[in-house]
Order: sequence, then structure tokens, then C-alpha cells
Amino acid sequence: MNNRLINWFKYASPQSFYPIAGKMIPWFWALAAVFGVAGLYVGFLVAPTDAQQGEGYRIIFLHVPASWMSMFIYLVMALWAALGLAFNTRLSGMMASALAPTGALFAFLSLWTGALWGKPMWGAWWVWDARLTSELILLFLYIGFIALQSAIDDPRRADKAGAILALVGVVNIPIIYFSVKWWNTLHQGSSVSLTKSPSMAMIMLWGMLLCALACWMYSIAVALMRARSIMLERERHTEWVRALLTSTNSGKE
Amino acid sequence: MLALIRAVIGRDLRLAMRRQADIVSAMFFFIIVVSLFPLGIGPEADLLRKLAPGVLWVAALLATMLSLPRLFADDHRDGTLEQLALAPQPLGLVVLGKVIAHWLVSGLPLALLAPVLGIQFDLSTDALWVLTVSLLIGTPALSGIGAIGAALTLGVRGGGVLLSLLVLPLYIPVLIFGAGAVDATVTGLGPQAHLSLLGALTLGGVFFAPWATAAALRIALE
Amino acid sequence: MLYWNSFSEFIAMGNHGVYVWGSVGVTALLMALEPMLLIQGRKRLIARLKRQFRAEKHDSSRSKD
Repeated sequence: MNNRLINWFKYASPQSFYPIAGKMIPWFWALAAVFGVAGLYVGFLVAPTDAQQGEGYRIIFLHVPASWMSMFIYLVMALWAALGLAFNTRLSGMMASALAPTGALFAFLSLWTGALWGKPMWGAWWVWDARLTSELILLFLYIGFIALQSAIDDPRRADKAGAILALVGVVNIPIIYFSVKWWNTLHQGSSVSLTKSPSMAMIMLWGMLLCALACWMYSIAVALMRARSIMLERERHTEWVRALLTSTNSGKE
Repeated sequence: MLALIRAVIGRDLRLAMRRQADIVSAMFFFIIVVSLFPLGIGPEADLLRKLAPGVLWVAALLATMLSLPRLFADDHRDGTLEQLALAPQPLGLVVLGKVIAHWLVSGLPLALLAPVLGIQFDLSTDALWVLTVSLLIGTPALSGIGAIGAALTLGVRGGGVLLSLLVLPLYIPVLIFGAGAVDATVTGLGPQAHLSLLGALTLGGVFFAPWATAAALRIALE
Repeated sequence: MLYWNSFSEFIAMGNHGVYVWGSVGVTALLMALEPMLLIQGRKRLIARLKRQFRAEKHDSSRSKD
């Protein structure tokens, strides 16, 4: 038991995580490509049209996975943040800051595809629907996190301050969602909502799941790539970075 | 425990009294922002009555933001904050005292000013009452959540703008229930549900925010 | 197996082509741009660090002489 714990912390050091991440990245890219091609094939070529929404509904194969990922990444970020505060590991903070821009990207994509879906469905680019509004606030939270981290020069302090912000954010997200929903129902917005048609065909669900898996794998690959750059940058004064970059075969890494 | 909080409040209030200009300018900011809206929108009473809860509440959010950057900055500069962090008393309680003091000089005056400004928007007496009560209940949460942001951005470049970026999204539930309470009164629904949810937010904010703030302060002091 | 009868029908998306392909286009663009920027940034970082290490090595070998 004790032995396993030590091993775990060994992999949590940037020095040993850096090469492992490097080996994992191509696999996650491959998985992302496979799931992505399969999901888009099912969603855009095989799935039948939706009776109520016409062909425009196909945007959900992008919109729903992007929304899921934007929320999921914030949770993972908060988890890394909590780990970082609890165990004081360097890796946690790096992973949290590596995830934030990707989460913000998905939040933006969710809003963009939501707007393009809303226009043909509701006749408006933007509707103050509870989910869209919450997604917008989530994007603000990501931007706050990124801005805070980039404003603090000392990386250890940036990590910890970001961690507290992420945890405060994750506690607040349910409250924000609930309050926005409450606000939305009071202001007669409930007639237009994103509720899907009840008879969601099995094939559509499969397409959405495959696309979500592709986004998930993509996020892992991109976050690992960004984390590796952050590791090099922050650990540039250490021996292992020097050894890695001054050795002859360093071009591969 | 209470003595500590009371001592912190007393000290901060004395310090605030020496800088009355800060409090007064935040009040005037509130008055001017609220008075600008009718000029931008037009004087139709129906429209103004509809917009009043939102306008007054958003202006109140912005006005409380103004004094937040100074919440810890002065104590940080002269080393008091470090002394407080090293003291045996929990830092969270000190923060709670500072939050209460901040509310007394920012939230409370806003709540007392708001009904006067509400008259500009042709609000009924009931709505004016609810506006005052909602600001009284809701602004402590603003001070509490704001303290977290103030501690996180302590001594950081561009702190003021960054602070608003961090804190304003977290203010949204308070805004929704606060403005919602007034709106519910204007439209004839009762404000009770909104006010009790607002009270829950404030209780949660005032109890939990000081501990997050204390953790953020310790990080800033490292 | 395929749902579509012709390619032009697929492109038109039942008159919703602009919206569907607008979503697909921006999503694909951003999801391609992000890793490209990362690779570029990483190359620049490695080049900078290597230059720095070489300069330090150079300095230290000269100071020894």
C-alpha cells in the first residue's frame, strides 16, 4: 500500500511525467481521430433527419459534446486544483492551467454552435435560455481563471490562487445554474428551450456519444501537449530539462 | 471570538472614517450611474419602472466593487496583514470582521440611498421598501464574495480590473435574486421567495467566503 | 446505409447549410488551430531554451580559461 503511494507520487513529478505524457499524446490523437471520424460519419451521413427540426438539428453533434466538455473540463480542473492544494504537487497546478484554455475553447464553441442552431430553430441568434446563459457565465469563469493566472508572475502562487478560484467557481456553478434557471422561468422564457424532441433515435445518441468521446480524447491530447510546454518553461533551471535539451536526440522529444 | 471580530470592525471603521472621500465617491458613483440610465433610455415612466430593479442592482454591484481593491491592500502594504496571519487567532475571523466593516461602509449606505434613487424611476412605496430590504440582505454576500477576489488579486498587476473580471460572474445569483425580489413586487408577485433565497446566499457567502479568503491571503503572503 | 441521395443534398442540409457548415467550419478551424499553435509555441520555447543553455555553457567555459 505504502509502496504504491510512493510510486504514484513519483509519476506526479514533472520529470517523470514529461516523457510519459510524450508517449501518450499520439495515442490520444489517434483515438480522437477514430472517434471523430466515426461520430461525424454517423451524425452527418447515416443519421436520419429530425422530424421537427429538419437537417439543422445536426449541429447538436457538435453543440452537445462541446457543452459537455466545457463543463467536464471545469470539474477536472477543480479536481486538479484540489489535489494541488491538498498534496502540494507541482504537476496538479500545471495540469489545471493546461486545461483552462481548452475548456474556454469548448465553452466558446458551445456558444457559437448554439447561436447557429438557434437562428434556424428559434429565429434568433441568441436566446436568454438558461443553458446558454449558464454556458456564457462558464466562459466568463474560464476567462477569469486564465486572466488571474497570467497576471501572477510567481508560478507557485499562480497555481494556488487559480486553484482557490477554480474551487470557488465549482461551488458556485450549481448555484449560478439554479439562479439562472429560476430567472428564466420567471421571465416567460420557458416557451423556447433547448429541450430535445422526446423521441431521440438511438443512432443519433450514438453519433453524439462518439463525438463526445472524440472531444474528450482531443482535450486530453491537447492538455498534455500544453502541460509539457508548461513543464519545460517552469523547470528550465533544473537539471533534467537541461539534460533533455542539450542531449543529441532531443529533437525527438 | 466576538471580541476579535468587534476589534477588527472597530479598527477598520476608524480607518475608513479617515478616508471618508472614498466612501462618498462610491456613493456618488452609484447616484450618477443610476441617474444616467433615464437619460440614455428616455423618461417613459412605464419603461423606467420595468428597468429600475435591474439598473439599481447592477449599479450597486459596481459601486461595491470600487472599494474592494483597498480591502486588504493598505494592511498588506504596512505589514499589518502579515502580523494578523501570524497571530494565533484564526485569520478567517479577522477576514469576517473586515467583510462586515466593508459592508458597513459600502453596502449599508447603498441600501439607504437606493430608495431615494428609486423615486427617480417612479417605483411604488412597496417596491422601494423591497429594494431597500433586498439590498440590505444581499450586499453582505457581495462583500463576502468580493473579499475572495480582493485576496486573490492582492499585489497583482492590473488588480482592479482583474478583480472585477473574477468577482462579477460570481455576483450573478445575488443580482438575479436581488433584482428579482423588486421585480416580483412591481409585477404583483410576492418578494418572499426571492428574499429568502437571497438570505440563504448571504448566509452561505458570509460563512464560507472568509475561509476561502483566508486561504487566498496566506498564498498571497507566502 | 447512407441517408443522403446526392452530394448537393448533403451540402444544402435542407436549407440549413449555412448554419450547419458554419458550426462545423468554426469547430474544425479552432480544433485544428489550437494544436498547431501549441506545436509552434513549443518549438519556439525549445529553441529559446537551447540557445540559453548554449550561451550559459559558453560563458562558463570561457570563465574557466
